[in-house]
Amino acid sequence: MTTAVFWVLALLAAASGFMVFRFNSMARVTISLMVSFLASGGLLVLLGLGYLGVVVILMMVMEMVIMAVFMIAYMMNPAGLMPMAMFHNKRGSLAIAVVTFALLAAGIFLTPWPHRSGAPPRDATRQLGTALMGSQMLTMITLGFTLLATMVGAVVLATQRGRYDRFGDDLKRRPPSDPVRGGVGR
Amino acid sequence: MTLQLFLLLAAGLFAIGLYGALSQQSIVMIMMGLELMLNGVTVGAGAFWHYLAPASASGQVILVAVVVAMSVEMAIGFAVVTAIFRAREVDMTDMAADLKR
Repeated sequence: MTTAVFWVLALLAAASGFMVFRFNSMARVTISLMVSFLASGGLLVLLGLGYLGVVVILMMVMEMVIMAVFMIAYMMNPAGLMPMAMFHNKRGSLAIAVVTFALLAAGIFLTPWPHRSGAPPRDATRQLGTALMGSQMLTMITLGFTLLATMVGAVVLATQRGRYDRFGDDLKRRPPSDPVRGGVGR
Repeated sequence: MTLQLFLLLAAGLFAIGLYGALSQQSIVMIMMGLELMLNGVTVGAGAFWHYLAPASASGQVILVAVVVAMSVEMAIGFAVVTAIFRAREVDMTDMAADLKR
């Protein structure tokens, strides 16, 4: 049974991942990527990582919803009504991807993998939580600060006008462009 | 269901993502490729944890780090897309060639 579920999810993940770069419609692309992530989340659940699998599934559903909005906002031809191909160096990319896959596959089958050490814990979620709040606390702190920096950075990049944009890209604009006049010297 | 099969799937997802990230012109589609590559890493990390060292939490911690990397990539990626579109009306990588001298 688990083997059958594995094959279904694995084929679904790979096929929908491949279709991401084949579909014309941006909505289909986004949903295809989401299906790939859902299948990966299912595989994690199959591996006994219930919590992380569900986290991946929930996160990816939300992420793809946001992604769909951005795709439609930034892509020309978002509905895919006209066939389009936006590639550069397709052959080179394909060659690099195939060679990478071949190297990885060769490594996978040639490496003498060690035997399993220890048994899976009764509660994998508890194992993760204890590690993050104990021996892996430094990792958790680093991840937390990374996320904080990401939030600040994303807002700084995405705001329309920051305090350093007043003088333009080459810092030569005089007078500086301010939304409200009446600052120093004006 | 073996470690090799899981790793093969992970390698496949990684390679598909790599192809997308290298070949696509739209910045948003490149981000999709990167996401797929990280997706492969997720599957690989989960398989390593389950088949090699389930008694230690390290595999799970790597997975958490990868999930964080995914969200960071997504947030900063969209912020960069917004910034460059606002500044130059650029939404394709080939148009953002300011540094290509």
